[in-house]
Amino acid sequence: MNALEKDFTPTRSFNDGEKIELARALGEVVGRDQVVTAQEDLIPYSFDGTAAIKHLPIAVVFPKTPEEISAIIKLARDAHAAVVTRGSGTGLSGGSVPVENAIVLCTLRMNRVLELDERNLTLLAETGAITQEIFDRADAVGLFYPPDPGSMKISTIGGNVAENSGGLRGLKYGVTRDYVMGIEVVLADGSICWLGNKCVKDVAGYNLRDLFIGSEGTLGVITKVLLKLLPKPAARQTLLVTYTQMDAAAETVSAIIAAKIIPCTLEFLDRKTIQCVEDFAHVGLPLDAEAILLIETDGHAAAVDDEATRMAELARRHGATDVRRARDAAEAAQLAAARRSAFSALARLRPTTILEDATVPRSELATMIRFIADVARRHQLEIATFGHFGDGNLHPTFLTNERDRDEMHRVELAMKEIFEQTLKLGGTITGEHGVGLAKKTFLRDQLGDASYTLLKAIKQTLDPTGLLNPGKIFDV
Amino acid sequence: MSSAPTSLQSLDYSILQQCMHCGMCLPSCPTYAETGKERNSPRGRIALMRAIADAELAMTATFAEEMSYCVGCLACATACPAGVDYAHLLETARAHVEASHVNATPTRNVVRAVTLRWLFIHPRLLRSFGYLLRLWQRSGLETVARKWRLTLILPRRLRDLESITPRIQNRFSDSLIAETTTPSGPKRYRVALLTGCIQDLVFSDVNRATAEVLAENGCEIFTAREQHCCGSLHAHNGDLETAQRLARIQLDEIDPRKVDAIISNSAGCGSHLKHYDRLLADDPKYAATAAEWSSKVRDISEWLVEIGYRAPTEMAPPSRSITYHEACHLCHGQKVSAQPRAILRSLPGAELRECKEATWCCGSAGIYNITQPRTAAWLQQRKVEHLRATGAAFVATANPGCQLQIENGLRAAGDTTTRVVHPVVLLAEAYRAEQATRA
Repeated sequence: MNALEKDFTPTRSFNDGEKIELARALGEVVGRDQVVTAQEDLIPYSFDGTAAIKHLPIAVVFPKTPEEISAIIKLARDAHAAVVTRGSGTGLSGGSVPVENAIVLCTLRMNRVLELDERNLTLLAETGAITQEIFDRADAVGLFYPPDPGSMKISTIGGNVAENSGGLRGLKYGVTRDYVMGIEVVLADGSICWLGNKCVKDVAGYNLRDLFIGSEGTLGVITKVLLKLLPKPAARQTLLVTYTQMDAAAETVSAIIAAKIIPCTLEFLDRKTIQCVEDFAHVGLPLDAEAILLIETDGHAAAVDDEATRMAELARRHGATDVRRARDAAEAAQLAAARRSAFSALARLRPTTILEDATVPRSELATMIRFIADVARRHQLEIATFGHFGDGNLHPTFLTNERDRDEMHRVELAMKEIFEQTLKLGGTITGEHGVGLAKKTFLRDQLGDASYTLLKAIKQTLDPTGLLNPGKIFDV
Repeated sequence: MSSAPTSLQSLDYSILQQCMHCGMCLPSCPTYAETGKERNSPRGRIALMRAIADAELAMTATFAEEMSYCVGCLACATACPAGVDYAHLLETARAHVEASHVNATPTRNVVRAVTLRWLFIHPRLLRSFGYLLRLWQRSGLETVARKWRLTLILPRRLRDLESITPRIQNRFSDSLIAETTTPSGPKRYRVALLTGCIQDLVFSDVNRATAEVLAENGCEIFTAREQHCCGSLHAHNGDLETAQRLARIQLDEIDPRKVDAIISNSAGCGSHLKHYDRLLADDPKYAATAAEWSSKVRDISEWLVEIGYRAPTEMAPPSRSITYHEACHLCHGQKVSAQPRAILRSLPGAELRECKEATWCCGSAGIYNITQPRTAAWLQQRKVEHLRATGAAFVATANPGCQLQIENGLRAAGDTTTRVVHPVVLLAEAYRAEQATRA
């Protein structure tokens, strides 16, 4: 067993009679047709978007209200079962993969946008609302919800908040956390509480809302989210910049930041990624390039035009062989969509695709990229790299085969080296995917003993029996 | 004799591994949209297939039902960045289901034997069935039977089908198209025209229009007199053995080496015809011919755009607003999406109005409206609403199943004016209008 296939020691195992009894009780809460227990129904809930990790739940339940969730939590507590919350299951660190004796609580039926408040620039949605729909609803009235994780066309807002998801616009607009004004959450004791409000300023008590953002379903079940919206930028422009050398791309990024320009997107793709993405999306990416940058600037039309011109010039001065401006919004959207498909498109090359999320301070990008290339060479592995250059968030992606034990062992060694180097450079083991199961073993090294203990202390206070998503982030 | 992989265990495992379960397919899947359950999604189904390949799950009736519930529209294949070959997986899974007999019932066995292995194997038999049906429809017996509600004696399933039985054409393709049609101008290409089985009975006018349009664009057309079913019906429904048999017959009837292209005007058939290479890959006698065949099969719109067809100068019908419904096996199965639109836009004065969810399945999906009537009806209604919202006078679509499904859907919605038509028929009408003006 390798580090990617975590094992869970069962506290107790459910026999068939107990499973039937639990399903019956859950059915009384949500309706019999909203609980599934057949093997054919459970297998598709035994994994999420993470490679090589799976575990069967004992049941999957589809509640419609916070009250039903509260009742499910109480039932699970009495039955000594765990509760693993799941939206669309697109997570990339195993956060919604079931554990031993777990009921999967799927939030997809709670998918309404409840209120769009144009006077306060807020949007209130149920936890299972799809990120894309939130963006579209805001967009329709001239407003803007910036966080755009790669899976936004199917990911849920509750999942985004629980993982504190990032996206392509992080450089200028930040991440999900920066747009959450309030949440409704069901706690491990079944109580339902509201944290936050529509006020821009609010210092009443501890900022508990932030505690739940990025808590990966280990502290409570998020049921509603109140989001901050921005006015929609009047104009945007997209540049596609081609390089024959990786370092030149990194230098351009440093030059842009040094010129005090903050574009909303500053994405990078290496040769392998370019080829896979083009193979899928057919958007005319240069197949002979060593690296490309996808840059987007938005804001007032005059400012956008000025920034785009200056960035194009900086790119040329730092070795770009070609700078192409997207003709129109449609082409820009196509390029962004193509970039969002990068991770999945890489699966074209090898049977197993393992995505990492190492993030370093921007100044260390070039060093980190060279290190990754070196690791790949030394361990005879195929690693494609793409990511959010603007915020130092890299996605080195192992193209491998989980059935090849020897190669998987080398993947593990390489991954460990990459994480160690990341920490050495002052970075983090995960920029936007979360710790989940995939990065658990590396967390203590990053946090140090005192913060690691503090993390556990919080979990023990809010969920003393380890009911909610146990075994994720750390073992208590 | 070679055999296609009829079990998930014998399938190349890397095809299953290609799915990295990222979930990008979920928003494109009609059945996932209907239930919101992962089991009814592409990645959920692939997980089940993989579980069977890994022997973690036994072949069960539930699995069989799930494979049947899949529309087979392949929208997931278009959405999939990882390039999973879902069509191949689904065909193999359905073949595995059939081979295991988990869902066999005496009635189902008889129906499958009579249709798949008898009626659709023998072109003359199918045509005789067509003559009988035409006689029934034209003699007034159908009207009488419906008026006196004699159809009520039929079992419910059959009664529902009776009411949507398509109208059989007065003349079939072989009396509308000569064996060899010479082009109106200089000969640039030689092509073979596939007239299909259902297309021949119900839409022989589409075949005729296809021939006219090809002739107008410098193609000499060879139209074999007796054409067999291409086998798509069989391959899509778990009978790969019969599909292979039909493919061999097809290759015996039409030698791909003697033509520049093999033209299909039915999306479902075309999608399958292009895969003869894979279907017969292990057949030493036929593999090479099948590969040649696959490289030459073209959908009519695809071919016309490829050879730079001549845009017409006249438009026949008085009303010119057209909306386009993309047949799944054309846009997802063959990635032909821009070409039919280009043809429609080239009709003088035509206004192409895009409808919402143009690439969503209409619920016809081969025999899906027979095997899964509830979901098919839901998809049909959804489709018709989007099409009608455009207010277009014409719905263009390039597949007989879609055409029937949409015609029936419009009729059920009380719409008697919107005309459903193959793009190539509009193009042929435009060419004819040119000639009328010249005359």
